[in-house]
Amino acid sequence: MPKLSDICRHVRSKNAGPFWVTVDLFFDGEENFRRYHDTPALSPQVFARLFGTNPDLVRRIPVDNLHVVKISYPRPHPQGWMQERDMHAGQQFARLLDLEVD
Amino acid sequence: MTESAEMSDRISIIVPTGMLGGGVSRAQVQYGLRRGASAIAVDSGSTDSGPAYLARGVSKMNRESIKRDLQILMAEAHRAKIPLLVGTCGTSGTDSGVDWTRDIVLEVATELSIGPKIVCLYSEQKADELIRKNSRGEITPLPPLGPISDADLKSCEHIVALMGPEPYIAALQAGADIVLGGRTTDTAVLAAVPLMRGAGVAQAWHAAKIAECGGLCTVNPSLGGVLMHVGRDAFEIEPLDIDNQCSPETLSAHLLYENSDPFTLTEPGGVLDASDAEYRWVDNRITRVTGSRWTPKPYTMKLEGARGGDFQTIMFIGIEDPEVLANLDEFHDLMQKTLTGRIRKTFGDEAVRFDVSLRIYGWNGTSGRPVPRGTVPPRDVGVMFVVTAPTQDLANRMAKACNPYFFHTPLRPGIEMPSYAFPFTPAEIPRGQVYEFVLNHVVHTSDAFELVRSVSVDPARANKGALDA
Repeated sequence: MPKLSDICRHVRSKNAGPFWVTVDLFFDGEENFRRYHDTPALSPQVFARLFGTNPDLVRRIPVDNLHVVKISYPRPHPQGWMQERDMHAGQQFARLLDLEVD
Repeated sequence: MTESAEMSDRISIIVPTGMLGGGVSRAQVQYGLRRGASAIAVDSGSTDSGPAYLARGVSKMNRESIKRDLQILMAEAHRAKIPLLVGTCGTSGTDSGVDWTRDIVLEVATELSIGPKIVCLYSEQKADELIRKNSRGEITPLPPLGPISDADLKSCEHIVALMGPEPYIAALQAGADIVLGGRTTDTAVLAAVPLMRGAGVAQAWHAAKIAECGGLCTVNPSLGGVLMHVGRDAFEIEPLDIDNQCSPETLSAHLLYENSDPFTLTEPGGVLDASDAEYRWVDNRITRVTGSRWTPKPYTMKLEGARGGDFQTIMFIGIEDPEVLANLDEFHDLMQKTLTGRIRKTFGDEAVRFDVSLRIYGWNGTSGRPVPRGTVPPRDVGVMFVVTAPTQDLANRMAKACNPYFFHTPLRPGIEMPSYAFPFTPAEIPRGQVYEFVLNHVVHTSDAFELVRSVSVDPARANKGALDA
């Protein structure tokens, strides 16, 4: 099974307002987008496990013309809380790269 | 419809940078003016950098960089006789942020020997007024937050409501040359003039959404700002640098950036729907967009609030000892237990509320998550110690009490006492207060002006006042 980093040309994460994080998966070509855009490897439960977020609020939006899947999830703690390690959530994507997709 | 009919009665707006103080180019502004721009609009705010700026009511950008940009923008706007609009003054758009920016504007006006008519728009809110609105059910939470309590509203250092374009339009119609706004949606300040001049409503909002970060929607974001051309049924985005491009892909991709939803965007008074938008090259630098939709909704303003919490003191060490590096998880847990125990023992009842957080940079400092089994040990790590306590003094004392243990704790009993590498003296650094965003709510208003105060400033009188004082 390929890893997410094998089928995406770029993966990024960023804060979207103080309470949400948004992840953009730029798939490498239309074929990979079609085949993997709804992979269960990116389910809300996986996001709950990796990010401690509420799976009921995770949103996944495919953007066909850009071969992008956007996944947005609420931060488990508000931005800037006392144990904050990633104020802009810009490094959160890294823990997705090794996910095996099918 | 013909191609040119789509763009009829176009209104052009210079967006010289994504954030005032980011550095604007006079040559680029002049290019935009030659292309027929009828206003300069720029955002001066962001919540991205965290709640500290709103809670403290101070700017992230320094005064000198704001002043340098204003010198160029005010001089060019005056020369071209077009208005200058600044949204979310002072990073968070508090009243103090508007006043701080106004004073810089007055200083620049004096230096340029010009007397622009200035209007300041204030949208900071008093907790008591919002408590009244809350009791009438006029404040609605947005996910993931629930209903807001009176205590939460009262706990905020500052609360701001995000303005729409209407107060800017009213100020311009009353003759303002410069409008300085408190907290405003990034898009509203850019959309105001096109909306005032009768451009397409969906087109104005959509163009503003794409241009809100200046050159970030271009192929080469380091080449400065953009120009919005807004027509009745289409809009175009053009880079202000002749060597840059706005491509169909860079424009449509910008709707992804920092947005939880790339197609729908709620703004004061309506919702933009970009899901059927089409992006097409006009030439090799400019892209035209059609198919944007706007649905009017009852007027709402988003609220932002922030409060101060406990205080932190930090320390930092470097470690190259191979024994420690080969057992970093064990070392972390040992250090956590040692330092927490040290604080409990030293401070007793005074340590009712504290938190020790250790982050091993070079191992898992950024995520704090377990490292995969079999990961090769690094050559060098930095360990950051963060203690959080109710006062700065107590956090400082807790760090001092931990200092010798953080410095000398061996991996296992019986190992000769190590000394890890402090890079600073004194080793403890008081970091200040922890700040927290409190609100993610919208307030329902009777119109765009209910929560906004507008104040005209006469530069001659203001500067005379400053001289007299």
